[in-house]
Amino acid sequence: QSTLVVAEHADSKLNAATLSAVTAAKQVGHEITCIVAGADCKQVAAELSKVGGVSKLLVAEDAALEGLLPERVAPVLLAAHKQFNFSHIIAGATAFGKSVLPRVAAKLDVSPISDITGIQAPDTFVRTIYAGNAIQTLKAKDAVKVLTVRGTSFEPAEVSGGSAAPEPLTVEVDKNSSEYIGQELSKSDRPELTSASNVVSGGRGLKSGDNFELLYKLADKLNAAVGASRAAVDAGFVSNDMQVGQTGKIIAPDLYVAVGISGAIQHLAGMKDSKTIVAINKDAEAPIFQVADLGLVADLFKAVPEMTEKL
Amino acid sequence: MRILVGVKRVIDYAVKVRVRPDKKGVVTDGVKHSMNPFDEIAVEEAIRLKEKKIAKEVVALSIGPTQAQETLRTALAMGADSAIHVEVPAGELERVQPLHVSRIISKLATEGKFDLVMVGKQAIDDDCNQTAQMTAAMLDWPQATFASKVEKDGDYLKVTREIDGGLETIKVGVPAVISADLRLNEPRYATLPNIMKAKKKPIKKMKASELGVDLTPTIEVISVEDPPVRAAGIKVDDVDTLIAKLKEAGRV
Repeated sequence: QSTLVVAEHADSKLNAATLSAVTAAKQVGHEITCIVAGADCKQVAAELSKVGGVSKLLVAEDAALEGLLPERVAPVLLAAHKQFNFSHIIAGATAFGKSVLPRVAAKLDVSPISDITGIQAPDTFVRTIYAGNAIQTLKAKDAVKVLTVRGTSFEPAEVSGGSAAPEPLTVEVDKNSSEYIGQELSKSDRPELTSASNVVSGGRGLKSGDNFELLYKLADKLNAAVGASRAAVDAGFVSNDMQVGQTGKIIAPDLYVAVGISGAIQHLAGMKDSKTIVAINKDAEAPIFQVADLGLVADLFKAVPEMTEKL
Repeated sequence: MRILVGVKRVIDYAVKVRVRPDKKGVVTDGVKHSMNPFDEIAVEEAIRLKEKKIAKEVVALSIGPTQAQETLRTALAMGADSAIHVEVPAGELERVQPLHVSRIISKLATEGKFDLVMVGKQAIDDDCNQTAQMTAAMLDWPQATFASKVEKDGDYLKVTREIDGGLETIKVGVPAVISADLRLNEPRYATLPNIMKAKKKPIKKMKASELGVDLTPTIEVISVEDPPVRAAGIKVDDVDTLIAKLKEAGRV
């Protein structure tokens, strides 16, 4: 009985979702092996070797793994599984984890379990369904449990106390079926949305992308990340990676300030576990006020600049 | 190119779901259902590929009880050419997992010599986000999940994907599996003449057993419960009070 944690990384940096996956693996309770695959992962491997609780570290480095295409990464994970016969395979519930792990599960002929929020026993897991409107507890009977874990439900493991030495894993990578072309990543000096302690989010009430400038100013005062509702992304005000909600990012910061957001259930699914929720909206009947700890019924174009100035 | 597009009948997105008294699922009887919104986007994209002459034929597939045919009629009214209904009785439906669905889709894709399978990135009932990836694995085809743009590029499809940090572009060879994300397109409404025409389009009925797919569940649902309710908050009158309360709570 042992667990494989699949590391995720970009620009030679380990993604925090991986550390949440390590915490989940610790809760499962078996020995933990971590695997990192990529075109260049020496730096990430060095970081991973420091993570406490990881007893083995596999490194699959190959130029063909650039962009981490699922058709190429899945065979690497399957090769590791063939060698060590893991009982659990775990990754963060990120775009990467969600792309690769179901592919691995299908090859093993088992049902993956997505986006878990709790572990009750090595075979019993908790997850949300219907956009967080119901909580399901389930028992997985398959021999191998393939899980993606929600970052907000598992504290990131400490990057200290570990001493696993990187061991190379060589796998023949099939390069035929797909090709990685490139990424256009949004650049920002502000904290990253999924790990920020404070988040300021805007909705349709902002009326335009230019008006998000008001939120950026407030965010700078609060050292906050900036998010958006689906309505604001669909309207083209801001880019998709800023979307908070059922199908966007699921976050749980200490402080969440919802500005001009009505509070559709799909949005609430992405932020209702925040510790303190503030809502600023001119419509007193907006559903966002039902989850807000502090609600201010006001014109955001007056209230937000005033708040920025007074903080 | 022939496209097989999967459509799931789910509780309508605007319905507030209620947990059943037996705590094993949610109330579905007498509740409005419609096509999973992400699948609607997949159907729309498949039809657009046909309109651009990239695809020749679009076949819609649904797995579910008799009412799944209503969902298929919607896909046919949007412009799909024909449909396949894999019948699963309502009582058994809850136990069907994406693993089973993927097996059915991959069998049909092979038998029907399809070149492209399209589905929504997730269903809004179980929120699993697995079917496209698993179908691709079973078929040994490449996958392009969370697509926000699909273009033809020689023998390949160039797909823009929504990822956590922004957008990613990949090329996949055909045959392939694509899953649709929110911003791929805006699905059309079926017009009355097209709804009438859809009634005459063929729906082929079959059972999972005829495809050799065993629907024995590997997951047991122990309980389904309401989420914890957040304690009611307060309304403040002005920005000064808001900031004072936030300071009190140690948040600013």
